[in-house]
Amino acid sequence: MDITKLTVHELQEKLSKKEISITDITKAYVDNIEKYEKDVQAFITPLSEEALEKAKELEAKVEAGEIKSNLAGIPIGIKDNICTKGIKTTCASKMLENFISPYNATVMEKINDENMINLGKLNMDEFAMGASTEYSYFQKTRNPWNLNTVPGGSSGGVAAAVAANMVPWALGSDTGGSIRQPASFCGVVGLKPTYGLVSRYGLVAFASSLDQIGPITKDVKDAAILLNVIAGKDEKDTTSVNKEKVDYTKALKNDVKGLKIGIPKEYFGDGINSEVKAKLKEAIETYKKLGATVEEFSLGIADYALATYYIIACAEASSNLGRFDGIRYGYRTENYTNLKDIYRNSRSEGFGEEVKRRIILGTYVLSSGYYDAYYKKAQQVRTLVKKEFDKAFEKYDVLLTPTSPTVAFEIGTKSNNPLEMYLADICTVSVNIAGLPGISIPCGVDSKGMPIGMQLIGNKFMEETILNAAYTYEQETKFRENYQPTFKGGAN
Amino acid sequence: MSREDYETVIGLEVHAELSTKTKIFCSCPTEFGAEPNTHTCPVCMAMPGALPVLNEKVVEYAVKAGLATNCTIARESKNDRKNYFYPDLPKSYQISQFDKPLCANGKIDIEEEGKIKTIGITRIHIEEDAGKLNHNEFGSGSLVDLNRAGVPLIEIVSEPDMRSSKDAENYLRKIKSILEYIEVSDCKMQEGSLRADVNVSVRKIGAKEFGTRTEMKNMNSFRSIVRAIDYEAERQIEILEEGGKIDQETLRWDDVSGRTFSMRDKEDAQDYRYFPEPDLVAIRLSEEYIENIRKNLPELPESRKKRYLEEYKLTEKEAKMLTASKYMSNLFEEALKICGNAKIVANWLLSDVSRILNEKEIEPEQIPFTADNLAKMIMLIEKGTISSAIGKKVLEELFENPKDPEKIIEEKGWIQISDEGAIEEVVMKILQNNPQSIADFKAGKDRALGFLVGQAMKETKGKANPKMLNEKFLKELNK
Repeated sequence: MDITKLTVHELQEKLSKKEISITDITKAYVDNIEKYEKDVQAFITPLSEEALEKAKELEAKVEAGEIKSNLAGIPIGIKDNICTKGIKTTCASKMLENFISPYNATVMEKINDENMINLGKLNMDEFAMGASTEYSYFQKTRNPWNLNTVPGGSSGGVAAAVAANMVPWALGSDTGGSIRQPASFCGVVGLKPTYGLVSRYGLVAFASSLDQIGPITKDVKDAAILLNVIAGKDEKDTTSVNKEKVDYTKALKNDVKGLKIGIPKEYFGDGINSEVKAKLKEAIETYKKLGATVEEFSLGIADYALATYYIIACAEASSNLGRFDGIRYGYRTENYTNLKDIYRNSRSEGFGEEVKRRIILGTYVLSSGYYDAYYKKAQQVRTLVKKEFDKAFEKYDVLLTPTSPTVAFEIGTKSNNPLEMYLADICTVSVNIAGLPGISIPCGVDSKGMPIGMQLIGNKFMEETILNAAYTYEQETKFRENYQPTFKGGAN
Repeated sequence: MSREDYETVIGLEVHAELSTKTKIFCSCPTEFGAEPNTHTCPVCMAMPGALPVLNEKVVEYAVKAGLATNCTIARESKNDRKNYFYPDLPKSYQISQFDKPLCANGKIDIEEEGKIKTIGITRIHIEEDAGKLNHNEFGSGSLVDLNRAGVPLIEIVSEPDMRSSKDAENYLRKIKSILEYIEVSDCKMQEGSLRADVNVSVRKIGAKEFGTRTEMKNMNSFRSIVRAIDYEAERQIEILEEGGKIDQETLRWDDVSGRTFSMRDKEDAQDYRYFPEPDLVAIRLSEEYIENIRKNLPELPESRKKRYLEEYKLTEKEAKMLTASKYMSNLFEEALKICGNAKIVANWLLSDVSRILNEKEIEPEQIPFTADNLAKMIMLIEKGTISSAIGKKVLEELFENPKDPEKIIEEKGWIQISDEGAIEEVVMKILQNNPQSIADFKAGKDRALGFLVGQAMKETKGKANPKMLNEKFLKELNK
């Protein structure tokens, strides 16, 4: 039995039957990290030794009955923009290369309360800005399905680590698709919860009105289990919403009879790769066969979503990243004689190109004289996007789209063309703009064996609906049993 | 053209630190004077990932201020980010309010020589204070202290309704007094908890358009505000008279040289890139919430003044002066409770205490002695233990070294001479030395008596009982 091929709910079962121990699990993952990390390069800060020690300690406590959590001893990986007390949180930036947060993000407190074991901090695009994880200051993470391709981004290290079985599951963050798109590229499950369902306290902000933390997992049930842990109103985040606590695993009914699925035709246009389209059509047929009703409709505003997204996200980012000024923490230039130099040189030297591009873009759209034409207009479009989604959800329970217009692309093919890189987000950004929940699950592979992702979008706080729809499809198609990453292609 | 052809137009932006126990977006204490960076947390230090949570007390205090200045309170309001870089601003943006302030369209009345003038309040909004830079005593550079970062402020923006430095002073005194009365700010100007940005322009009398204005930031004393306005108006008129143009700019007032200086060059014109704060939700207030605050608003200076007229029979002027400062007015009421004579307490506060405050250039809240000290001093005079002349000396002493007045007179040996023999001795000596005064008195010049009593007081260093002196002199002179 390869422990690392098991899902978390399978691990829980084996743990409760005492077929395996907490140490066995951690050991198996540490071994896999040893084996695959040199090719995949998913970790910025691996914590293998600490994890093994923690496993021993937890095992004793569980044995003694001191810990009741049925997630005790389950390892987890954490995207490196989620603050972990005493452990580096770099955001994959030179700016925070040696930054150690003095506090834990709220989600980390919850993970720690469950006595899970942190296996390490995972790679990403710098400050979560990118769609390939090539914009990490430290390293380029590779896609376990083909090491010459990107894992997607910005949570590329997270999705790759889950796909390569180096962690059983992990937490990512999603501002415009940063959980769903890498999940799609790496053939795993990624859930972006409704804005406000999960506390953002301790998530290093990229775009505050769009950011949301969510799980990347091997299957849908694990996503539901991890969502159970992290969801909930937090007094430290006033944008988090007070909702009655639900057990998301109870929503997994393996039944979509009567489910009304809407297919927004704008997401199946010319820009979408034909193999992706073909697989999505198969998925639609599967849903029909399972008893769902499927209907095509028009979500016209979708065409404006990408432009709107980049204006709002960059505007917020330009302000959010102002605190990285070389004064209190983070990188400070050695090259200064006055205050202006500290600011200018610390930020010029500490931020990568893409981050600087977005700061400049965001500063521009907020500037007096341009504010009305860009930021204000974008906010107006945002309202329209929300309204069109509201209208769609009057008719449909779930909207089905591709997660990404393409499968994982080759490393280096888009990193110098920002506009093309931005297009990788075209299917996912409107979900963030409208604050909706979205999940990406694998729905097959293309002719080269690369995974293709399907996105299911739900109405606000209807995670249960999309989780059940995803689960039912997953039970029918059994992607994980049919396909596994091959680590083909060489690291170069 | 001359000075008299111009009028000065003044608008004030008053910043008042609110006296909430905790900061506006985190639960750190707001107390002044702690060790640097001890009242800080991830939120007010702007650690990555930290988020603000709005302190509800701040909203309540700001609504109080709005109601006390006759503002309309917004049912829905929001926070915005004001973006700029400075080392005392850890997030590199200040959370403030831009286009939807909590309170707007208010007004207050000020009074100058019996004439009432209404000054419009454009808006009151909530925002956070910045930290402080301490210029390093041990070497080069500056050290950042973030204790003050996140201390709640309200900014009260006036209409450009003031026409003289006196107007501006009256307005600021009135604002200070209102804020003290409703207990939302301690208004300690010397600690910077009340400060004002002063906007000044001049125009020809009768002109419809305003002139170009200059702004002097962070002024924290009445005296400098008055001087700065007068200087600045004069400077602007001079420029205009010479055919020049006023630059719209931010100036720094220098108290020592009595001049304004340009602070920023135009290259640095700030674009604050205001936009709605996405980390906070909209502030929604119910009618009921606002009404509840209105009902529980403490007594304001106007109504307290009325009460003084009716209850204590003070004059209009006395009542107005006493109630102008809540501190002074509270001191009055407390002392009154102990010694029981409103007129006399009012007299002491408005004459000698006010005179000393003026001389020392300090505000009533800096008075070092207690109401109990003052009342005891007054009672000592009434009992005849000391004369009112000694009373004045005791008061001076209370300002320098406040303690129980009985102790002061004991230590200083200021107890009044009321011994018949001692009084007689002094009177005889003074009469002997002033035969001319005796003659004057006999010739009907009553003033001579006053002179003699004065001489006797001088002789006893003010300690003789003036009533007894008076009687004894009369008795001797009429012999």
